[in-house]
Amino acid sequence: MKKNEILNIFTSGIFKENPIFVLFLGMCPTLGVTTSVVNAIGMGIGVIFVLLMSNVIISLIRNIVMDEIRIPVFIVIIASLVTLLQMFMQAYTLELYNSMKVFIPLITVNCIILGRAEAFASKNGVFKSAVDGIGMGIGFLLGLVVVAFFRELLGTGALMGLQVFPAQFAIPIFTSAVGAFLTLGTLAGIAMLISNLRKDKAEKGVA
Amino acid sequence: MSFFVIFMGAALVHNIILTQFLGICPFLGVSKKADQAIGMGAAVTFVIFLASLMAYCLNTYVLIPLNIEYLQTIAFILVIASLVQFVEMFLKKFSVGLYKSLGVFLPLITTNCAVLGTANNIVTKGFGLMETIIYSLGISIGFTLVMFVFATIRERLEIAPIARSFKGNPIALITAAIMALAFFGIGGLV
Repeated sequence: MKKNEILNIFTSGIFKENPIFVLFLGMCPTLGVTTSVVNAIGMGIGVIFVLLMSNVIISLIRNIVMDEIRIPVFIVIIASLVTLLQMFMQAYTLELYNSMKVFIPLITVNCIILGRAEAFASKNGVFKSAVDGIGMGIGFLLGLVVVAFFRELLGTGALMGLQVFPAQFAIPIFTSAVGAFLTLGTLAGIAMLISNLRKDKAEKGVA
Repeated sequence: MSFFVIFMGAALVHNIILTQFLGICPFLGVSKKADQAIGMGAAVTFVIFLASLMAYCLNTYVLIPLNIEYLQTIAFILVIASLVQFVEMFLKKFSVGLYKSLGVFLPLITTNCAVLGTANNIVTKGFGLMETIIYSLGISIGFTLVMFVFATIRERLEIAPIARSFKGNPIALITAAIMALAFFGIGGLV
């Protein structure tokens, strides 16, 4: 029973409560970073790290932080983690750091991290919070990669440096703001369609 | 004249939501009713304006003289978080209705990328005090404007016949795409 609960927390972040397609949190980097799959993966891994660490730390200190000042406390923890990540990436993965330099400070203001801190880590134990952080992080990474896949493919005709079809047939608008909203909207609609179909099926099964 | 250009650029041409993708969370979350959108817009305007001003002063008079610019993210976010908490306490006391309807999105103004993004922009663009004031006003008015327009469109969408799976956020995102296209056209204005 206990094991089931942990597994539930883990998978709900990936599918049932996917941060991008279902909760609609963390939209800013989702739209800004997904012009290429490589950036999306880098961003996703960075978010997994920060989300896991912040969930663990916040659930550890949840009982000693006063309610009135919780947000400033949480956000300073997150900002410090992001600064840490930035320094770490600069030291060990300079190439990746250079390619997504602008986006790293943006992780601080990724709503999904503070959102989880508020909604989950400040109410649950350390282990559950860690599982929730990893599940949500993986869900976020997968969502980013899916959006980036379509935007990069349709917008440039290439995928991770590999030219899939000639660039002259590409639709450049997919790499701009318009394409970002359009891709995300369509994909969210499809995600909803799938969950609706499954719901219908389940209801029919009961009746 | 150049102040006018900065203002128009911030409010329309480089609109924070539709071209810079900042502040999308409240854009989708609190735009179901027009009055809510205006309430959110007003709260964000207040926070962006004060936060930018304080970030500018903090950066010019504390961080740069002490050579600790690498603490920018932490320092700015601290200023923003305290401001938001202040607004939250203020609203709780004086406007309970608005406080309740903004709900979970109020603390999330802290993580509204628009606020930190504007503070960062001001520092990287090297604005002076006057320019900072004009720019942050432009950004927040642009934010409120788009929130309001978007909310009124969404009110109409409520009664429109939309495919079941696209109801809610998916159709909202596609609407945003069309609005972004319109703002694309304003690019030639300045």
